[in-house]
Amino acid sequence: MLKETAQGLYCPAGDFHIDPWEPVERALITHAHGDHARPGSAAYLCTPHTAGLLRRRLGADITLQTIDYGVPLAVGGVNVSFHPAGHVLGSAQIRIDASEGVWVVGGDYKRAPDPTCVPFEPVRCDTFITESTFGLPLYRWDDTALVLRDITSWWDANREAGRASVIFCYTLGKAQRLLAELSSVTDRPVYAHGMMLGMMDAYREAGVSLPPVKPVIEAGGRSNRATFAGELVLAPLSARGTPWMRRLGTISDAFASGLMRVRGVRRQRAYDRGFVISDHADWPALLATIAETGASRVLATHGYAEPLARHLRAQGLDSGVIRTAWEGEPGSE
Amino acid sequence: MRQFAALYDEIDSTTSTNAKVAAMVRYFGSAPRADAAWAVYFLTGRRLKRLLQYSLIHEWTMAATGIEGWLIEECYSVVGDGAETAALVLDQVLTVAENPLSLAEWVEGRVLTLRGMDPATQQARVTAWWRSLERLERFILLKLLTGEFRVGVSQTLVVRALAQSASLEPPIVAARLMGEWTPSADWFERVLSPEHTDDDRSRPYPFCLAAPFEGDVVELGDPRDWQIEWKWDGIRAQLIRRGDAIHLWSRGEELITHRFPEISAAATHLPEGTVLDGEVLAFKDGRPLPFSALQQRIGRQKQVAQMSRAVPVVFMTYDLLESGGVDIRPRPLAKRRTALESLLGAVGGGVLRPSALLHDADWGALADQRSRSRSLGVEGLMIKRRDSPYGVGRKRGDWWKWKIDPYSVDAVLIYAQPGSGKRASLLTDYTFGVWHEGALVPFAKAYSGLSNEEIAEMDKWIRRHTRERFGPVRHVEPVQVFELGFEGIAESARHKSGIAVRFPRMLRWRKDKKPEEADTLENVRRLIAPRPSGAAAQA
Repeated sequence: MLKETAQGLYCPAGDFHIDPWEPVERALITHAHGDHARPGSAAYLCTPHTAGLLRRRLGADITLQTIDYGVPLAVGGVNVSFHPAGHVLGSAQIRIDASEGVWVVGGDYKRAPDPTCVPFEPVRCDTFITESTFGLPLYRWDDTALVLRDITSWWDANREAGRASVIFCYTLGKAQRLLAELSSVTDRPVYAHGMMLGMMDAYREAGVSLPPVKPVIEAGGRSNRATFAGELVLAPLSARGTPWMRRLGTISDAFASGLMRVRGVRRQRAYDRGFVISDHADWPALLATIAETGASRVLATHGYAEPLARHLRAQGLDSGVIRTAWEGEPGSE
Repeated sequence: MRQFAALYDEIDSTTSTNAKVAAMVRYFGSAPRADAAWAVYFLTGRRLKRLLQYSLIHEWTMAATGIEGWLIEECYSVVGDGAETAALVLDQVLTVAENPLSLAEWVEGRVLTLRGMDPATQQARVTAWWRSLERLERFILLKLLTGEFRVGVSQTLVVRALAQSASLEPPIVAARLMGEWTPSADWFERVLSPEHTDDDRSRPYPFCLAAPFEGDVVELGDPRDWQIEWKWDGIRAQLIRRGDAIHLWSRGEELITHRFPEISAAATHLPEGTVLDGEVLAFKDGRPLPFSALQQRIGRQKQVAQMSRAVPVVFMTYDLLESGGVDIRPRPLAKRRTALESLLGAVGGGVLRPSALLHDADWGALADQRSRSRSLGVEGLMIKRRDSPYGVGRKRGDWWKWKIDPYSVDAVLIYAQPGSGKRASLLTDYTFGVWHEGALVPFAKAYSGLSNEEIAEMDKWIRRHTRERFGPVRHVEPVQVFELGFEGIAESARHKSGIAVRFPRMLRWRKDKKPEEADTLENVRRLIAPRPSGAAAQA
């Protein structure tokens, strides 16, 4: 029912693409990250929250139709519906119901709780297309509470030493999740790089409750470097090593990502700390989710697709791999 | 163990040397003495002899988790470290109980007791231990078991931290850490002891190291202010005669006295209270043999007598550190050299010989001498300031090594695999081939020499141009040409190409060259033969 084309996944029966990486006539979008929502398509279909993010990223003038979670819609000759994926605000799995059976494209998803988006809902299907960004048994996430404890004790130690604590993280999703989680354990204000403010606003417009962030740009300035000593700053990865960092004074830096599970990866990128918190499913969550869908056929995509598919075949499932144009690092946007 | 794991984590989580030292000072101040002793042992890079093969850990991890072997191998290729892979994968199934044992109790009461046990008992013990440790502690345990535990801290920093803890001068602590010792609470007390209880007669001095010279030698001023010697390609060592005992220490602080009986025999003629610094060198018919000849002696524990006829060695002496039981390291080099010459003039023979000095009056003539290095079997020149004391470690400015340019060959990348440790996620370990009868024969592996940007670019290219995969190894399209440099080359029956090279690394990425322009095996072989002098000048 779905086939791989040069533009990405295509459904001939409904004449639409899902998360195409090239411009197409009709694009169904699982979520607003850059490797799933590309510019240039003639028409987009996504959830209302994704729509808000998409307009900010791709332009206010794109042709876009929204669809609520769980509401069926006929597209071409098939029925589609969108279901919560728990990845970031507005993220969805896309269910396609046709005569050959039910397919679900999971997009990116996670099972860990996240105060900034609707939790994942398992959807029964015959064929499940799962992400496999962290599809190896070395990946397992600790409870968020433990990670928060590590973050706050690192922050405390830095405060004592008069350093700023800088956490690098993705602008869409991780930054908001961290901010919301931190507000549950501390009343201290959190600073953010200017590039993050737009997405913070977008989340607030969507009704997500986020504490206020202080923009670094207003607080800083060459004259009062001490401003950031002891403070926590969220920054996008692209800000690392730029002159912007200078205004923060002495810092300790960290990267918040599932990639930080591997010591060598953290060391290779020379972060002081790595906080293992991910918006993707870890190995146990991938296996549990696949089982919950009841799918007899599972196709894996992104990251460690080959090993996951091979493991599933050994478990008696029909399983294969879907290529992606995004052979960058696992876990990037 | 928990306290030690926390120290490891602190050291691992910062690049600031001050923060590392502060963490160690806190640890030494609060840990039980026996733990602190073991911590110093590990922090200074000493290792337990391997107790278990990684393959056993791999097997036991499979048994404990039910995860397929190939899948654990896939994890390994991402992590780049066996112990860490197992520690992470075990996380899928283990819940952790409390573990009250200290580091010393772990090492002495558990880890070391495994030696000689049958594998089934070992497996039962180790897998039970896993359940009592948190992820990081489990990682450290596994590293100890496989004899690979390393901490990212230099000996200098450990010395600084101990010196701070005990309010001692760092050189005193450095000397106390030299040589052989067994970690214990008593030992740790002695290291921090304010009195000079230095009664260990076997102990060498910390080695003074030279920095590579890369500028224009003329900037060093008058050559007469410098002592110039050949840079020998052997094993740096200290030869100690104190009382009746003779000890030969390598720079890796390994006792190698018994490997070289002719040197210890010659040392019996030295006066008591003598310490010489020099180079163990394979030497025959008045000239040094290649390092590969010396390697045959190092690897051999038995048949030493027979080997010493085939590969005779000398102790090429270049410094006198202790004379008549007095530490003369603070005296100027020129004075030490005079004393060395009169000492060896009296007792030196064929085996203990002074390293010759070069007396040319200007740098141009010295550069000419240096260009003869390869034909003489040496690596270049040593340039030491005549008025310098014998320092501790690598102190820039007094001792320089002015090496000749390496051999170089243009070779084609044929295989790539992930690096280890912090380069595990990148394909950084390359195998290069040269042409032989129309095919590329693997001839050298190299890991270093590229910038981070080049590594990232190559990583991307390799992923897109992989022809085949064998586990972690990728066979790539033969397109990329690199100029490889290496320090030595010799015949080798163990290598497919029939040659082995020493210290290969990438000098340049030759994007301007096509693969067919790379060197042939025949070209490379020509570098092996002892070449007529003069040829060295163009290398």
